[in-house]
Amino acid sequence: MTATWIAVLVTAVSCYALKLAGLTMPPRLLAHPRAQRFASLVPVALLAALVAVDAFGRGRSLGIEPARLAGLAAAVAALALRAPFLVVIVAAAGTAAALRALGIA
Amino acid sequence: MADTPLRPQARATRDGLALGLAVGTSGLAFGAAAVTSGLSVAQTCVLSLFAYTGASQFALAAVVAGGGSLLAGTAGAVLLGSRNGLYGLRLAGLLRPRGITRLLAAHGITDESTAVALAQPGPASARAGFRATFASLYLTWNAATLAGALGAGRIGSPDSFGLDVVGPAAFLALLWPRLASGRAERGVALAGAVIAVAATPFCPPGLPVVLAAAAALGAALLPQPAAAHDPAAEAAEAHGGRPA
Repeated sequence: MTATWIAVLVTAVSCYALKLAGLTMPPRLLAHPRAQRFASLVPVALLAALVAVDAFGRGRSLGIEPARLAGLAAAVAALALRAPFLVVIVAAAGTAAALRALGIA
Repeated sequence: MADTPLRPQARATRDGLALGLAVGTSGLAFGAAAVTSGLSVAQTCVLSLFAYTGASQFALAAVVAGGGSLLAGTAGAVLLGSRNGLYGLRLAGLLRPRGITRLLAAHGITDESTAVALAQPGPASARAGFRATFASLYLTWNAATLAGALGAGRIGSPDSFGLDVVGPAAFLALLWPRLASGRAERGVALAGAVIAVAATPFCPPGLPVVLAAAAALGAALLPQPAAAHDPAAEAAEAHGGRPA
């Protein structure tokens, strides 16, 4: 079994186990306000980190890729207009694709 | 034309089906992005069938694409998946699943099914909305994942279709409503982004995202600046809490 398969299976099993644990555990686990706060802020920190790393990094190097940043700017505009999820994705990918096709970025 | 007043359960079912269908289609993007990043079609489908939580799936695929540390990639994916555990804590009292139903309901916990269930006026419509979202999202997401994974091999360069922007745009859409919910959230997001970018040249791909969790830890340990007494923040939280 390859390392990638192990990563895929560990991710799948852990993600399910976390869901089941939440549904099974006594809700007072989150009674402490700091635990509650940490729990609600973790996804915020991770999602922002993912956006930033995808926007400015490729592998271990940092750089500016104009078409990609323009695509993300289109996503921000779509979100500000309260567009549905799929429209946001299509706007972002479409903008980057169009700029590359036109050779602008 | 007068709107026929739907019973809350019927309305919850309708909303859940529609949301699941709309969001599930983005499985196309995940399938294509995962295969172009180096996962096999089978690995891509296993993630959608069994992990069944979009942000974690995109995160793992991104690390595979960057040739990064699989351990860090898995840790990041699981940390992102931990929010589903918190959703489970909130849904337990509402859905009250027992026995085999609990095992099945656990699998259905996502941003979307939680948002629909928590938006309902009572437990019966919450259960109806949860079931409808789970069913339509699960089927659409997995069918779309397979289609995207199979189609990815036929297109030329994934970048020419903007597929490299799909992952970050999806993360941004999931992050957006949380940014609206308070100043602390915006501060944590900024700190998390700065930590991850600053760590990128020094760590294998995947690890910078895990390190960004420190921003959440720091904010949770800080003395809270009267958040509980700030009516504006509370109101924003009440209206802005709709996950994508």
